[in-house]
Amino acid sequence: MEKKKCRPVPVIICAVFIALFLILPLVFVITEAFSDGLAGWWANITERYTVKALKLSLLSMVAAVVINTVFGLFAAWALTRYYYRGQRILNTLIDIPLSVSPVIAGLIFILTFGRSSPLYPLLQQLHISVIYAVPGIIIATVFVTLPYVSREIIPVLNAIGTAEEEAAALMGAGGWKIFRKITLPHIKWSLLYGIVLCTARSLGEFGAVSVISGHLRGRTNTLPLHIEILYNEFQYSPAFAVSSLLVILAIILLVIRSVVEHRGGKNEQV
Amino acid sequence: MKKIRKYIILSLCVLITAASLCGCGSRSDGNTVSMINVSYDPTREFYEEYNALFSDYWQQQTGKSVEVLMSHGGSGTQALSVANGLPADVVTLALEADVNSIMNEGIIEPGWVEQFEGDSSPYTSTIVFMVRAGNEKNISDWGDLAGEVGVITPNPKTSGAARWIFLAAWAWAENQYGADNEDAIVDFVGKIYRNVLVLDTGARGSTTTFCENGQGDVLLAWENEAFLILEQYPGEFEIVNPSISTLCQPSVAVVDEVVDRNRSRDLAEAYLEYLYCDEAQRMIGRYNYRPSNPEILQEFSNVFDLEMELVTIDHFGGWVAAQEKYFSDGGVFDRIYDFQR
Repeated sequence: MEKKKCRPVPVIICAVFIALFLILPLVFVITEAFSDGLAGWWANITERYTVKALKLSLLSMVAAVVINTVFGLFAAWALTRYYYRGQRILNTLIDIPLSVSPVIAGLIFILTFGRSSPLYPLLQQLHISVIYAVPGIIIATVFVTLPYVSREIIPVLNAIGTAEEEAAALMGAGGWKIFRKITLPHIKWSLLYGIVLCTARSLGEFGAVSVISGHLRGRTNTLPLHIEILYNEFQYSPAFAVSSLLVILAIILLVIRSVVEHRGGKNEQV
Repeated sequence: MKKIRKYIILSLCVLITAASLCGCGSRSDGNTVSMINVSYDPTREFYEEYNALFSDYWQQQTGKSVEVLMSHGGSGTQALSVANGLPADVVTLALEADVNSIMNEGIIEPGWVEQFEGDSSPYTSTIVFMVRAGNEKNISDWGDLAGEVGVITPNPKTSGAARWIFLAAWAWAENQYGADNEDAIVDFVGKIYRNVLVLDTGARGSTTTFCENGQGDVLLAWENEAFLILEQYPGEFEIVNPSISTLCQPSVAVVDEVVDRNRSRDLAEAYLEYLYCDEAQRMIGRYNYRPSNPEILQEFSNVFDLEMELVTIDHFGGWVAAQEKYFSDGGVFDRIYDFQR
């Protein structure tokens, strides 16, 4: 098939736009990050509080991905394989984290677990701290990334239908076996894609976590919060060095994402 | 099998997460005790050094080292977090009113102002002018701000610093036109706010507007923030000390509910008490706050303008009255801001 003739104007507009709004700022971030040289960048990255913030960000990311993968699989299953009253409502509810502003998500948890909540005395007696502590940050991250995995799987599950699974069940396969042998191979790539999206979103999460964190340096500061604090303290080159770390992580995720998209696309064609 | 290995890895991840969740509850292990100090934005560098000093002292006294976890942010926001359950052992905030708002939740007991010397303010600051190098507009005192100049100051509705700034201008006008002549005072302060080019929500925002974005001829700022700007932008700006300003007293307090729960009252009180020792007071001066100890303040007479007349909040009848009269909805500031539009 012959390719269509290239139209230069839209392409140029698109390229200029991308250069201005995406490439240029990124270049500035990277230049600023390395303004003290490679050694300076490394010193900024390995600073004690930065490392702790990175660890916390990774921890909440892993937790969000694990929890949301499990939840996403169950939710997608429940929404495509059974028919019952209230299914639509459930389907809509899953999307709440996408439509609610993250700041409000944070406030919801402050109201639920904070000092004015009826749950607070109970939590105090059990010596459990939720908000202004690590569990709160994980909960907030899980909340904002909740729909990502299930939203990717549901369309695929709907598309493949139940015929193969029913056939396997008739031949005597158990639920776990059906999932492993029939369902998983179908949804493998969309599941991976959802996980990548969930990872990216949880690493960058700012709003909800900012409300709930209390900004305890070295304990409840995630990377994005740490960047904001550094910036407000006139520490521009450390702030941009840490930003560049997030940018690098994001680029890695983008590469993984396009690999997944590419291979997933090829898989479906076969 | 490959798949099974995947599940094992997955479940390991869950285990690790669970384990680290359980581990984060402990507050002390053997020889290290930890405490939380919730403070506001510009104190970061000072407390970093002070925490090391205090940790050495506490080690000598008790044989245990102290790890102080810091939290910085806007003073009002920080107070709100503590009121919502952020487990701070001590708060070191910008305004008495912010500590009072925590007190009103029943977390800090009334009478905290008397607990430490100098109204529980181990360091103070004031409001000064910051002009571009050369001071082309010849700004020397509050009177010049009503002329043809561009002024940068934050919004008194949202910023603590901005309230001190408003009151400082008010105090100068009272001195100029007489305390009874309120029409003239309102008129003068109104002229200043008509000259405001950008009314940011916070003090740091105004600093950025003035220094980074190059707006305006004069920035009204905290004295300690002004010295920080001089260090950050050498040779670009000058400090102008007005004849009258306000004595801003940042407040420190022990958070009673939290220290009783953690049995850390001794530690928390010692932490704040030690801010008044000579060594800490000198450190305060080095970080451009005014030490509350008058003798040590004299040692910094070449840094701070000690001739300035500083008006305290008592002059305005305390924070509750001042808030009501000047900054509440429909208060004096709203009237000024209205006829501006």
